[in-house]
Amino acid sequence: MLSTKSVNKKFGSLVVAEDISLSLPQGVRYALIGPNGAGKTTLINLITGMVAPDSGEILLGDENITPLKPHQRVRKGLARTFQINTLFPHLTALESVTLSVLEREGHAHNWWRALPSFSAATDEAASILTSLNLQKNLNRETRELAYGQQRLLEIALALATRPRVLLLDEPAAGVPKGESAELFAAVEGLSSELTVLFIEHDMDVVFRFASRILVMVGGRILVEGSPQEIARDARVREVYLGAAHAA
Amino acid sequence: MANVKLNPLEVVFWLCTLLPFVLAPSYLSLASQIAITALFALSLDLILGYAGIVSLGHAAFFGVGAYTAGLIAKHYWTEPLSALLLAGLLAGIVGYAMSHIIVRFRHLALIMLTMGFGLLLHEAFNSASDITGGADGLQGFRVPGVLGFKFDMFGRTAYAYSLGLLFLCFLVCRRIIHSPFGLALRGIRENATRMPAIGAPNLAHLRKAYTIAAVVAGLAGAALTHTTSTVSLEVLSFGRSADVLVILILGGAGRLYGGLIGAIIYMVARDQFSGINPQYWYFWIGLLLVAVVMFLPNGILGGLSALYKKRQ
Repeated sequence: MLSTKSVNKKFGSLVVAEDISLSLPQGVRYALIGPNGAGKTTLINLITGMVAPDSGEILLGDENITPLKPHQRVRKGLARTFQINTLFPHLTALESVTLSVLEREGHAHNWWRALPSFSAATDEAASILTSLNLQKNLNRETRELAYGQQRLLEIALALATRPRVLLLDEPAAGVPKGESAELFAAVEGLSSELTVLFIEHDMDVVFRFASRILVMVGGRILVEGSPQEIARDARVREVYLGAAHAA
Repeated sequence: MANVKLNPLEVVFWLCTLLPFVLAPSYLSLASQIAITALFALSLDLILGYAGIVSLGHAAFFGVGAYTAGLIAKHYWTEPLSALLLAGLLAGIVGYAMSHIIVRFRHLALIMLTMGFGLLLHEAFNSASDITGGADGLQGFRVPGVLGFKFDMFGRTAYAYSLGLLFLCFLVCRRIIHSPFGLALRGIRENATRMPAIGAPNLAHLRKAYTIAAVVAGLAGAALTHTTSTVSLEVLSFGRSADVLVILILGGAGRLYGGLIGAIIYMVARDQFSGINPQYWYFWIGLLLVAVVMFLPNGILGGLSALYKKRQ
């Protein structure tokens, strides 16, 4: 579904992505883990077009999306969330998600019809928010929502684009541990046809919700495997626990 | 979701705009100027208040509209409505051309760019004195009236014309704000980074908003020409761009009525202050601006809105 071919990126002399080639099949839940500064968020930025690679290709299905702008990639079915809440503070939750639906449907350019005449978009937005347990907060401004609810709204905005691939950049960042499992349970309940790649530091969550794990270190993919394979891998233990624990 | 019908308070506001015909018939010329300035401020609100484009060169479109109407009246015909449409169209074309550069910038660079474009246009019209009259302005024409009503010396027809135009444009702008496109503009204002991540073509949205705002500003400029039968180079001046920004900040940006309220307060204050002290009246305008920004950072309407919410 989503693949990259030898993607490279440098910021000056700092290598942030080196020869990254991956292939994410449809419907698989991937976790992307690695120490701070490994280049995980940069990889998501490269895939979504927010940062241009120096070389390499990014493919969605069979289509090379490397030359496309971020919003064009979204329209092809590639959505993302942000590590730090990147929302619309003065829009209500319903307005925010409705906007996302309207953009997807190509209605957002319409300036002569009133919003209430787009009830299908509003209904769909309400349905998405309800599926994420935000039904009591539809008409509250985003800035008034609790932090955990804002994290869910991040996901709702992405889901409203009807993605084929969803990239979640630390969706539970800042969320108390008990609530993060709830958040990932919502992610787990998404369509089985949806490919999900999420960055997460909580290994309990990673091993519980990921069916495959990618480990990134120093801008390179160190290893890819099932949770069991990753748990046994000496190189991963070395990265996380130091050389003494590698054996 | 926003209500798209005029609420009772709005109906009262618009009914009050008719009061000058009865209560202040000797101030109808001023009322006409206020209506035109309000329309100009409304156009700036579309881009500043809703799309977050700060402009210090918005008079460029006002001036293009004013000169288009003037040149048509001087050289071709004096029927104002068709000239009004042409003025809006030409201002829109200039706005669309400029928007390709403007929307790529934000913050300080954007302010400098818009100011630069405004100054460029001002000097271009100044140097093309064979056509524009240069520093002397465009004179020697008279628009006799509109729809069979003559522009009288008391400003009765002028105010009716300006107010009618303001009301029509307001309804259009209101519809735009309450449309999906208006929601997209608010989205860009709120978070321009997030918008592409939900599939929004920010630049295309901003280009469209900028063009529409240019059309409305052009209409305001043309209305000024029609109601005064003269065009001075001042219509393109930096001062006019700065004034309209002050008006919007006074009234409250991003509220549609902010520009209207700001225009009323600013123009009445200017009229009164300049009557008291013709030389230093800007001192009082400055004081008013400082007071509003310090105590009502979201403008007069923003302050009233906050007070209303607090009471509720």
